[in-house]
Amino acid sequence: MGFEWIKIPYSLLTLFIVVNYGLLLNALIAKIAARVGRRHGIPIWQNYVDMIKNYGLRTSITHGVMFYMGPVFRLSGGVGLLLFVPTIYGSVMFSNLSFAGDLILALYFVFFGTLGMALGAGESGHPYAAIGVSRGLAQVTAAELPFALAVFAVALQYETLSVTEIVAAQQGSYLNWTLFTNPFAVAAAMLSFLGSMMRPPFDVVLAPQEIPIGPPTEYHSSYLALMQTNRAIFPIAKMVVYMNLFFGGAVSWPIFFVKIFLIYMVSVLVGVVFPRFHVEHSVRWFLIWAVPLGVIAVAIV
Amino acid sequence: MDKKTHKDPAKTSAELPSVDLNPPEVQPQKPPAPPAERTIELPEELRKRTVKGPGGVEIEVEPLRDYYCEAPPTVMPAAYSKIVEDLFNWARAESIWILGFGTGCGAIEMRPLMTPRYDAYRYGIQWRPTPRQANLFVISGYLSVKTLKRAIRSYEQMQNPKYVVGLGSCTINGGMYWDSYNTIKRLDEYLPVDLYITGCMPRPEALLAGFMDLKRMIRAGEAEGANKYAEYFDWYKANQKRVIKDWDMPDYSW
Ligand code: SF4
Repeated sequence: MGFEWIKIPYSLLTLFIVVNYGLLLNALIAKIAARVGRRHGIPIWQNYVDMIKNYGLRTSITHGVMFYMGPVFRLSGGVGLLLFVPTIYGSVMFSNLSFAGDLILALYFVFFGTLGMALGAGESGHPYAAIGVSRGLAQVTAAELPFALAVFAVALQYETLSVTEIVAAQQGSYLNWTLFTNPFAVAAAMLSFLGSMMRPPFDVVLAPQEIPIGPPTEYHSSYLALMQTNRAIFPIAKMVVYMNLFFGGAVSWPIFFVKIFLIYMVSVLVGVVFPRFHVEHSVRWFLIWAVPLGVIAVAIV
Repeated sequence: MDKKTHKDPAKTSAELPSVDLNPPEVQPQKPPAPPAERTIELPEELRKRTVKGPGGVEIEVEPLRDYYCEAPPTVMPAAYSKIVEDLFNWARAESIWILGFGTGCGAIEMRPLMTPRYDAYRYGIQWRPTPRQANLFVISGYLSVKTLKRAIRSYEQMQNPKYVVGLGSCTINGGMYWDSYNTIKRLDEYLPVDLYITGCMPRPEALLAGFMDLKRMIRAGEAEGANKYAEYFDWYKANQKRVIKDWDMPDYSW
């Protein structure tokens, strides 16, 4: 099969749409959280302004090569995840670079950014960054476990490793969604989802009041702007995977927007209600509540 | 309350030392002669030493050199084209990140700004916990010499362009600490101040109004404190070193 070059501009278009959607969505979420606290909250375009400002700072300093690579790894984790998973099912334009074994690649990319960040933050030499990263790795690893189990369950259930085929199998009626055909897998994955979104109760990694925002403590100017871009892309990319695996994918952009928003809201609503977990609490919580669900999910298919 | 009980009967107002509340604008000029070289006992962890690594490798450690960059700041030019610089200035004005560092009693007036009553976030003002990411340093009230040391280091770690706002009378002329032995009296001798907000202490509304003024200055490209600091670096350093007696850090730390 030849490679179709037209896929590249198409993927870039996807990326463009997702970046903007992500920036707006993040601001909207911040606004919702502010409203819960009876504040007005930031303007909806605030994230754009912040990014322009950070790209526009005149100085930036470095702590070494890995310090440069940290944000780059992180961004490529987000972009890679997005590009290798079909965004819109059945659309030639927005199925991106997906291929037969993309599910495994997606799993890998989910973890990739965190690792890159760990290397970069380690090089910055700031003790808070090191604390933040070790917490982050412990927590993400624990959160990843149920997700991986859920993904295995889904892959076994549909007997394929291609995200496109998994989405195809869920078309027709919403009763075909994995949500209804394999609820245990979805439950395990959604619990893991809470853990990987860096929102309360699992945001002790960043903990602004305690270890001044953890891993990115030393990051500034363009580095920070890169990471902000990634903060717009990565959650969306991750939710695209979730949407495709568990909620029937999306056949058009409006459905995409609505589904992503709803999936995001799950973690936001949990976040504004519950206080923060310690790392050891959250690890234990994942192992006790989420992992058994994942095991059941694998066992029953 | 009877005022007299608080007044020293021996002193009349004529005898009180006159405090010039509006000191003439002092332009940073040639640095005064550097103070005589003082030798300070460095604390244990800052001294030069050799440590043994795993496998018996001997490593020379000199904390003051290894961990900090000693190159003084340089004046950074604005963006090449006017349109781009205007865009950046607009973005800088609309996205002010304040360093969460409270020095004096005025810091308590910043808290209401984060909460529903005043909510500064709607103006694009946010608080950052690390100097690396902050643009605005609010010196919130009196600054003791000990805190000045930390304030300088935090300020130097911020990235150009950066702004300093002096909050309360204490930063302007010492305020009610005008004769204190351990606070600085005029902030702009030590850090380049862009804007003062007067009052003891100023209300949150005054802070908001001050931030709006700062925004106007940034948008007009007038808030170039970081470049001023770089330009008159020697003058600022000499002033700083005159009050900080235990200078056990590099001249410039970033
Ligand atoms: S100006 Fe008044 S309120 Fe502010 S630090 Fe000084 S004494 Fe405190």
